[in-house]
Amino acid sequence: MSRILKNQIFIPIAALLLLLLFNLIADPTFFKIAMGVNSDGNPVLSGPIITIINNGSELAILAIGMTLVTAASGGQDISVGAAIAIAGSTMLRVLCGTNTRPDTLRTPVFVAFIVGCLVAMAFGAFNGLLVSIFKIQPMVATLILYTAGRSIAAWINNNELPIISDPKFAYYGGFIPGIPVPTPFFIAMACVVIIFLVLKFTNLGLYTQAVGINESSSRLNGINPVFIKWLTFVILGVCVAVAALIKVSRLSSINYSVIAKDIEMDAILAVALGGNALSGGKFNMAASIIGAFVIQTLTTTLFKYNVPSDALPAYKAVVVILLVVISAPTFRESMTKLMSRLKSGKKKEVANV
Amino acid sequence: MENNALLSLRGIYKSFPGVKALQDVDFTLRKGEIHALMGENGAGKSTLIKVLTGVYTKDEGEIRLDGNDVVIRSPEDAQHAGISTVYQEITLCPNLSVAENMYIGRSDDVLQNWKKMNEGAGRMLESLDIPAKPTQQLGSCSIAVQQMVAIARAVDMDCKVLILDEPTSSLDDQEVQKLFKLMRDLKGRGVGIIFVTHFLDQVYEVCDRITVLRDGRFVGEYEIKDLPRVQLVSKMLGKELDDLSDIKSDVAASAIDEGETPVFEAEGLASTEGIKPFDFNIHKGEVNGFTGLLGSGRSECVRAIFGADRVISGSVKKNGKPIKIHKPIDAMKNGIGYLPEDRKVDGIVGDLSVRENIILALQVMKGFFKPFSKAEANAFADEYIKALNIKTASADTPIKSLSGGNQQKCILARWLLTHPDYLILDEPTRGIDVGTKVDIQKLVLKLASEGMSITFISSETDEMLRTCSRLIVMRDRRVVGELKGDDLTQNKIMNTIAGGEEE
Repeated sequence: MSRILKNQIFIPIAALLLLLLFNLIADPTFFKIAMGVNSDGNPVLSGPIITIINNGSELAILAIGMTLVTAASGGQDISVGAAIAIAGSTMLRVLCGTNTRPDTLRTPVFVAFIVGCLVAMAFGAFNGLLVSIFKIQPMVATLILYTAGRSIAAWINNNELPIISDPKFAYYGGFIPGIPVPTPFFIAMACVVIIFLVLKFTNLGLYTQAVGINESSSRLNGINPVFIKWLTFVILGVCVAVAALIKVSRLSSINYSVIAKDIEMDAILAVALGGNALSGGKFNMAASIIGAFVIQTLTTTLFKYNVPSDALPAYKAVVVILLVVISAPTFRESMTKLMSRLKSGKKKEVANV
Repeated sequence: MENNALLSLRGIYKSFPGVKALQDVDFTLRKGEIHALMGENGAGKSTLIKVLTGVYTKDEGEIRLDGNDVVIRSPEDAQHAGISTVYQEITLCPNLSVAENMYIGRSDDVLQNWKKMNEGAGRMLESLDIPAKPTQQLGSCSIAVQQMVAIARAVDMDCKVLILDEPTSSLDDQEVQKLFKLMRDLKGRGVGIIFVTHFLDQVYEVCDRITVLRDGRFVGEYEIKDLPRVQLVSKMLGKELDDLSDIKSDVAASAIDEGETPVFEAEGLASTEGIKPFDFNIHKGEVNGFTGLLGSGRSECVRAIFGADRVISGSVKKNGKPIKIHKPIDAMKNGIGYLPEDRKVDGIVGDLSVRENIILALQVMKGFFKPFSKAEANAFADEYIKALNIKTASADTPIKSLSGGNQQKCILARWLLTHPDYLILDEPTRGIDVGTKVDIQKLVLKLASEGMSITFISSETDEMLRTCSRLIVMRDRRVVGELKGDDLTQNKIMNTIAGGEEE
C-alpha cells in the first residue's frame, strides 16, 4: 500500500479519479457517450469524455517535450504557445501561398507539416542555444520568443488570416470520415508511443536526468550536457509543431493572438502535477501525460457547470493549488509522518489496555 | 550511573526503512570533558547526533540531561535544553556581521539594541580570544574564525553540551590548533564537548574519552590513555588489523619494464587552468602519483590528461600511438578512467540509483542508441556491489542516501566496469573511513598487479608512499621533481615540495 502511495504516478492518477468521481456523483451524464452525425454527415462520438481526450491531446503532446526540457535544464519553456502560432502560421503559408482563400492546397499537408516542424525546431534550437551555451535561465531565455512569437506568426502571413476550405485539412483536428473517435487523440497516442519507444531504445532518459541532476558529473562521464539540453528544446519544437497542426486544423484558420494562448502554463502544470520536480532531474513521463489529461478534465468539468470562460482561470487556480500542494514532497512527508504517528498511537492504546 | 554525567543516552534505537541505523546505543558525556565519537562511515555517528539535536526523533531509548529526562523533538527543543551543534559546513549567514550572526533569531524584542548587541558580542569574542570584530562581516573571516563564531554563539546561549561535527576538515594545522585552544577553554568552563572527526591524530591530541560505534551498535567507551591507536582502529573495524602500513607487501611489487613503451605518455601538456606545460608517462602495471600542497596543480594535471579541462597545448600518446583528447569521452574511448576529487560535485549523480550510477560511464561509451537492458544493468550493478562490498539497501537506492565511503565505491565501480588500462584516482580516500581507505589502497595495488596503470593522488603522504612506486612532485602549478625507489621518504617529499636543495 505504502509502495503505491509513494509511487510518483499515484498523484496524477488519484487526481484524475477524484475528478471523475466528483462528476459521477454530481452528474452521471458526464460519462455518457453519444453517437451522432456531424455537419459532414460522418458518424462521430460526443460527450464530455470525448471532449477531454480530444482537447487534451495538444496538452499531452506538449507535456512530453516540456518534461524533457524541465528534466535537463531545470527550467521551463514559456514560449510554446507563441511557437505554436509561428508553426501554425508557417503551415498555412505553405498551404496557401499568398492567396488567403485558396480553392486547392498548393502543397500536400505533409509537406506543410515538415516545413512547420523545421521552423518550430529552429525556434526550439534558438531557445536551446540561449539556455545551453549562454546559460540563460530557461524562463528568461524563452521570454524573448514568448513576447515576439505572435508578431512573427502574423508577419509570416502578412497579417492576413488564411482560411482553408479543403475539408481534408480539417481531418487532423476533427474526424476522419468513418472513424468516430477524434483524430487528435490518435495523434497524441502516436506521440506517446513514440516517446516511450525512444525512452526504451535510447539513453535519452538517462542522459537528460543525469544532466539535470549533476551537469558537471555528467560531463566527466562523457555526456555532452550542452548538447543534451539543446536537444530537449529541439524535441519540444517537434511537439510544438504537432500541436500546431492540430490547432490550425481545428479552425482551418488561425487567430494569431488567441491560438494556444496560455497553453504553456497548462503544459508546465501538467509536468508539476505529474510529481516531477520543476527544478529538473528525475522525471516520470507517464505521470506528466496523465497530468495533462487531469488539467483537461478539470477544464471540461468547469465548462460543464457553466463556469464562464473569463472566470475559468480563477476556479482552475483553486484546484491546482490543492493538487500541487498535495503532490509537494514536504506535504507528503509530513502526511506520512502523521500516518505513522496515528498508527503508533493506536498501538500504544492497545498496549495500555 | 555516574553522578557527574551531564548527558546520558541509554538504549537508543532508530531505524529507517530497510536500515537499522542505531540499536541499543549508550552514550555518556561528563561535565568538562571532550569526548570523541568514533566509527566508520555508516556506523551511526551522524544519526546519533541528529537524534540528540532533534533532527530525527528516536524510536526508543531515553535521553537525560543533568539527571532529568528530556524530550527532544526539534532543533529548537535541543537549543532550549542547552545542546548546540556546529557543523562542518557553516550554517551562519556570511553577509551579516559577526554580532548579528551571534544574536540572530534569539531575541523576542521587536526593536534591536544594536549597541548592546555589539558590546555583548565583543565581550564574548574577547573572553574566548576569537580574532574577530563584532561589526565585521562574517564572510570576510576565515573558515576557522567563522566556525569559532558559531561556537561563540553556542556559548553565549549557555549551552551545556556542544557538538562539533567534523569541524576541522576544512582547516589548516594552525587553525586547528586555535580551535583546539578554544575547545580546551570551554572544557575548563565545564562545557561537555562531543567531537566527531575522522582524524585520529586530533582525537589523541585533544580528547579525554572515546566512544566507538560500529554498524549502529555501541562498541564501548574508553579513556584515551587506555586505548592505543591501533586498537581504536580495530575496534572501529571490528577486526584485528594486521599493521596498516604493511599492505604493500601483500602484493608482490611487479617489475615495471622501463624500456617498454609507456601505456600513456604526455608531452608539454597544459590546460586553461593555468598549469605549466608538463611531461608525464606511466607504464603498464605502474602506480604513480602527483603530490604537492593543496592548490599546487595536482588535480589540474590529471584533469588535463582526462580532457576534463580544455587542453591548450601538448601532445599525448597511448601505447605509443598519438591520440587526441579534447573532452572526457575521448579519454574514455582510449581506455582512460578518472575518479574526480570532489565526489559530490563531480562524481555522483545524486538522485539516480546506485545501479544507474555504476553503469553510467560504460553506458555512455556504448552509445546513445544502445541502452543496456534491465537484466544487463542489474547484473553489472550486482557484480560490483558484491565485489567492492558496497553497503546499500538495493541497487535501486538513490546513491545520495549512501554513506560517503560507499558512494566512493560506487564511483570506483563505475570506472572499473569500463575496464580501463589507465585509471586516474584523484583523492579516492578523502573523507572516508579507515576501513574503506585500506580496502581502496589494497584494490589499487591488486589492479596494478593485474596490469592496470594507476595514477593515485592523495593529501595523505603516507598513503601515497604505501601505494605509489613513483611520485611526481608539484609546486605552484609546476612539476618540480620526480621521486622513486629509495627517494620515496616523507622527508625527501617534504623537501622537494618545499623547494629545499636537492641532496
